[in-house]
Amino acid sequence: MDLRFTPEERAFREEVRGFFKENLPEDIRRKMVDGHHPSKQDIVTWQRILNRKGWAVPNWPVEWGGTGWDPVRQYIFLDELQSFPAPSPLQFGVYMVGPVIAQFGSQEQKQRFLPRIANLDDWWCQGFSEPGAGSDLASLKTKAVREGDHYVVNGQKTWTTLAQHADWIFCLVRTDSSVKKQEGITFLLIDMKTPGITVRPIQTLDGGHEVNEVFFDDVKVPVENRVGQENKGWDYAKFLLGNERTNIARVGVSKQRIRRLKELAAIERVGDVPLIETPRFAEKLAALEIELKALEMTQLRVVAAERTREKGKPDPASSILKIKGSEIQQATTELLLDVVGPYALPYLPEDEAADHGSNEPPIGPDWAGPAAPTYFNWRKISIYGGSNEIQKNIIAKAILGL
Amino acid sequence: MDFDLSEEQSLLKDSVERLLADRYDFEARKRHGRGPHGYAREMWQAYAEQGLLAVPFAEEDGGIGGGPVETMIVMEAFGGALVLEPYLATVVLAGGLIRHAASAEQRAAWLPGLIGGETTYAFAHTERQARYDLADVGVSARRDGEGWILEGEKSLVLHGDSADRLIVSARTAGSRRDANGLGLFVVEANAPGVSRRGYPTQDGQRAAEVSLSSVRVGPDDVLGSPEGALPAIERVVDEAIAALCAEAVGAMDRMHRLTVEYLKTRKQFGTPIGTFQVLQHRAADMFIALEQARSMAFLATMMAGEEDARERTRAISGAKVQIGRSGRIVGQGAVQLHGGVGVTMEYSVGHYFKRVTMIDALFGDADHHLARVARLGGLIAA
Repeated sequence: MDLRFTPEERAFREEVRGFFKENLPEDIRRKMVDGHHPSKQDIVTWQRILNRKGWAVPNWPVEWGGTGWDPVRQYIFLDELQSFPAPSPLQFGVYMVGPVIAQFGSQEQKQRFLPRIANLDDWWCQGFSEPGAGSDLASLKTKAVREGDHYVVNGQKTWTTLAQHADWIFCLVRTDSSVKKQEGITFLLIDMKTPGITVRPIQTLDGGHEVNEVFFDDVKVPVENRVGQENKGWDYAKFLLGNERTNIARVGVSKQRIRRLKELAAIERVGDVPLIETPRFAEKLAALEIELKALEMTQLRVVAAERTREKGKPDPASSILKIKGSEIQQATTELLLDVVGPYALPYLPEDEAADHGSNEPPIGPDWAGPAAPTYFNWRKISIYGGSNEIQKNIIAKAILGL
Repeated sequence: MDFDLSEEQSLLKDSVERLLADRYDFEARKRHGRGPHGYAREMWQAYAEQGLLAVPFAEEDGGIGGGPVETMIVMEAFGGALVLEPYLATVVLAGGLIRHAASAEQRAAWLPGLIGGETTYAFAHTERQARYDLADVGVSARRDGEGWILEGEKSLVLHGDSADRLIVSARTAGSRRDANGLGLFVVEANAPGVSRRGYPTQDGQRAAEVSLSSVRVGPDDVLGSPEGALPAIERVVDEAIAALCAEAVGAMDRMHRLTVEYLKTRKQFGTPIGTFQVLQHRAADMFIALEQARSMAFLATMMAGEEDARERTRAISGAKVQIGRSGRIVGQGAVQLHGGVGVTMEYSVGHYFKRVTMIDALFGDADHHLARVARLGGLIAA
C-alpha cells in the first residue's frame, strides 16, 4: 500500500500541466477562472488543440485515437484539466456517444463519426430524457417505426444540453411497445438538419440558455444510423451511463473552485478583517476542504480498483462519487454566495452581455457577477446523470443488497 | 499509487482477524471485560504470542519493523471486535514515545517486557484544565540532584489503573501552556507518591485519575530532552489519532453490516423493513459516511509518518474531523434503524456506537480539529 503517486505519474502530471500552460489560450483560461461559461468556439478551439496533441479522446480505444493511459493517468489528466482550469471536452461526444460507437457501432459508423467527434467537427447532443421519462428513463415514448430502409421518428426529448449548437443527436427511441420496457428500445444517431426536428430553448434559473426541448415530427432516419441491434439500445445506454459515472465526481473542478474562493475571500473584507480570517467562514471552508479531500481519496480508491475491473462494468461505489461530488460542487457555489454577500443581487445575464459586447461597468466587484447564477444553475448537478436519490437506490440495491 | 496490502500485511490481517473471530465475539468480550483490569490478560498474552505487540518497533529492538499500515490493520480489526485490551495505551502511545524519544539503552531496558506482554504502560498526560491543548501541562518536575521530583494531578489516563508503568509528562520550565519546558518521565505505577483512582469509561474500557505527590524519578528514566518533549508528544498523538481512525472505521464497518443485516431480517407490515426506501436511503447515507471515513483513515495512515509536522498535522486533523462526523452519522443511524434493541446494553450495536462516540472525544473532537485545519490554511493546496 502506497498512496503516493509514482515518480513517473508525477512527471506525467507535470507534462500535462506544462502542455496546458503552453497551449490553452489565456482568454479562455481567464473566463474559466472567473466562473463564466466557455463559448462554443472556446470549446472547439481547445478540443482541436488537444486533438493535435493526441489527447482529444484519451479514454477511447487506441486505434480510434485513445492514448492507452492506465486509469491513474486518465484520472491525473482530468484532474489537471479541471483544476487548471481548462474547458472540459464536450461530454456528449467524447465520453458518451464516442465510446458507444467505438464499442457497438459498425465499422462504417466508426470511420464516419469517431474522427469528427475527436476534432469536434460534429457537435453532439443527447436525446435520452423525455417529459415523462426522467429517473424512469426506460419508460420513454419517442417512437421509431421502420419503413423500408429508414425509421420514422415521432416524439419529444427534453433537457437536451446545448442542442442549439448540435449537428447530431443520439437518441433512445421505442421500437417495440409489446415487450418489457427495457427490451423495446433502440439507439439511433440522428442528423439535426433532418426535416421535422424543432429545437426550443428552456431558460434555466440563472437566465442562461443551456438546455432545450427537441421535437421530432415524422423525422426520417436511415437504418444505417442505428447503433448495434434493434431493441438492444438499453444495453448501450447502460454502458454509456456507466462511463459517465466514472468521471462524475469532478474533484478537479471543486479544487479549482476552492482555490478561487480562497483568493476572493482574502480580498473581501468584513470590517478590517479579510473574510477568510473570520472563524465562521474559515471553518465552513475547512469543512468543505476535508470533504473534498475524502472524496479525492475515495475517487483514487475507485481508480485503483479500476485496473482490475472488467471494462464497461462501473464500480457501484461510483454512486458515492456522484452524490458527494455533486454536494461538494454545490457547496462551493454556496460559499461563493457568502463571499460576494450583497453583490449577489444584481442580475446581468451573461449571454446578453457577451452577445452585445456590453461595456457597461460591473456593479460591485467584477468577480461577483457569476456567483448567484452559478449557485442557481448548479442545483442541476444533483439532478442530472441519475439524481442523488436514484444513486442512493443504486447503493441500497447493488452494494447493500436491500 | 495502490491501496493493496503486501503479502506480509495480508497475513497480519488474516491472523489478527482469525484470532478475534475465534476468541472475541460479543459474548466473549463481555467475559473479557469482567476481568480484574477490565480486560483479558490471556488475550494480551495471545497478542504477544502473535507478535501484535511488536508491530511498530524496529527489528533491532525486537519488533517486526511495521509502520502505520500495520498499525492500521491491527486497529481496524480491533475496532471490529471492540477490543478492550490496552493496545492504544501501551503499544501506540507509550510505545510511540519510547520509539521516538528513548535512548538505545532505554529501549533495550523497556521494550522486551512491553513486546513480550509482561509490562503494560499508560501515558499520563491530560490534565483537568487542558481540554485538547497538548502543551497545557501543570504537573511539575523539579530537579533533585541527578533526578527529578514530580508533583501534580493527571486525568483521564487511558488504562492508567492497570498499567505497570506510567509515562508522565511534566513541566520542567516555563508557564502552563508554553510549548517549551516539557519533559517525559517513566514512573513505576506502584512507586511511592503515586496514587490512582480507576474507573470504567462509557465504552467499556478503563481510565484513571493519577495523583503524583513528591514522586522521585531517576536520571535514567527521563525520555529524551527534559525540556523539549512536545514535538515527540505531538507526533505520537498524531500516530494515535491515525490508529483511532482505523479503529473507528473497523467499528463503523461492523455497525453498518449489523444494520444492513437487521434491515434484511426484521419484518414489519409483513415485509422486511429493508424494502422501505426511506430506510434504504438512510443505510446508503451511512455507507457513504463510512467510505469517506475509510478514505480519510487511509490518508491519516499515509501521513502518520510524515516528517513535515505541518503537513502531517493538517492531514491527521482532517481525518479526525471526518471520523467524528461519520461516526455520528453511522452510529446514530445504526441505533435508529435497529429501533428499541439499539438502545439496549444487551445487544452489540449500541456498544459500537458508544466506542465511536468516545473516539471522537479522544485527542480532540471534530470541532477542535476543524478549527486546527482552518488555522493551518485548509487541506487543498493553494
